[in-house]
Amino acid sequence: MTDETKKKVEDKIVGLVKEYAGKKRFKPIDIVKEMEKEFASEGLTKDDIKGALKEIMDEEKLVYGYAGGSFLTLPENQ
Amino acid sequence: MGKKHQTPLLDELKKGKWISFVKEIERAAEKSERTEDLLGQVEESYRDKVNHWKHGGMAGVKGYGAGMVGRFSEFPEKYPGIKECHSMRIIPSAGFFYNSDFLRKLADISEKHAGGLLNFHGATGNIQILGMSQAEAEDAFQAIAELGFDLGGSGSDLRTPSCCAGQARCEFANYDTMKICYNLTEEYQDELHRPAFNYKFKLKFSGCANDCVASAARSDLAFIGTWKDKIKINQDEVKNYTKKFNVQKYVLDKCPTKCMWFEGENLVIDDENCVKCMHCINEMPKALRAGDEKGASILIGAKAPLVTGPRMGMMLVPFYDINEDAKNDYEWLKGLISNMWEFWDEYGVSRERIGELIGRVGLNTFLEGVGLEPVPEMVEHPRSNPFIKFTEDED
Repeated sequence: MTDETKKKVEDKIVGLVKEYAGKKRFKPIDIVKEMEKEFASEGLTKDDIKGALKEIMDEEKLVYGYAGGSFLTLPENQ
Repeated sequence: MGKKHQTPLLDELKKGKWISFVKEIERAAEKSERTEDLLGQVEESYRDKVNHWKHGGMAGVKGYGAGMVGRFSEFPEKYPGIKECHSMRIIPSAGFFYNSDFLRKLADISEKHAGGLLNFHGATGNIQILGMSQAEAEDAFQAIAELGFDLGGSGSDLRTPSCCAGQARCEFANYDTMKICYNLTEEYQDELHRPAFNYKFKLKFSGCANDCVASAARSDLAFIGTWKDKIKINQDEVKNYTKKFNVQKYVLDKCPTKCMWFEGENLVIDDENCVKCMHCINEMPKALRAGDEKGASILIGAKAPLVTGPRMGMMLVPFYDINEDAKNDYEWLKGLISNMWEFWDEYGVSRERIGELIGRVGLNTFLEGVGLEPVPEMVEHPRSNPFIKFTEDED
């Protein structure tokens, strides 16, 4: 995966969580499946997307929350 | 110093000669105001017969999606000390071995950053520091990391693998439980710390069917030590036992498959029908020993209640040559686990454990998905018919 594609995936994931903030809770696996479909034409694997998600979490663009199951959400200051 | 909160119901739990968790919390409360507040709220819970915690939310340390279990008081103004009362889970050493230096330092961390209460070990197998606030979490985590320990699993992830003391202390262990537990814990760091599953997934390792970590009842994937060949019999020791207690009544009559009997003074075992339950070996350890071809049975799908109630594990792999696979860094097993997680990712729904998924899609579909051949020993319950249906042209 090129840096450019990775950036696109990361922006897409963060954008999706922002767009649905307060309306829908995304499980990490939902996001991975969604991105797999979205970037199918670019040949991205599940592991590529998991890698991109890992970087998002490490950079704290998103954080994990828990309500019966784990989900991705925006950090509290956002 | 007088008590901050009156706790007449909890005081009842200090009476009698048994160990009291109330006494221990009170001891911790002598040094911690937040733990005093904990006593007040627990008293209300006993009075109202409901717990007053709000569960979940946002609690954790940087970069980790697991390891902290969020708990918030329903009465933050009345009990400000436990406005946040999170539990921090720490991966135990395999087999639960610690030295006193570690325990002292951990107790210091607990007193400095939480309410001075530790849980050894929680139902999950983790060490838990109780009563932590989010503001203290990062510092506590760094202090724990300096001791060489790490946070455990929580949420929809691989939960902290756990094992019995195995060959370190137990003569019955059929494989090195601590070695595989440690190996898989290291292998699956990402899965432990980043919740990416549909729901939780637990691995537990017991060295024999005594199942000291209750793996058959409480883990999605249970490894129970067993053997393939015959039980070794020392007839002289059998004779000694017959002089000490009623072997017929307490051993033979309690054998679940009635596969043993006396011929004269000699004990005979029909090993073909032995289910390796360990009862006879437990009763007469000097006379009976497990065979030499040791390995493990793998059970899948056990869980405690939530979505569809409790269930025991189902036999998935009757005999896994774990000792041989250990020489290849558990390559076969890791491949199987990877296939299972792929299948569960693909077909599982939110908050569905893998055993529930198998119940929904059928065992045949699952086996095909993970690349295992069906065998008659894949039974759902002991001595019940397998629910694989063989066609006429199959053996």
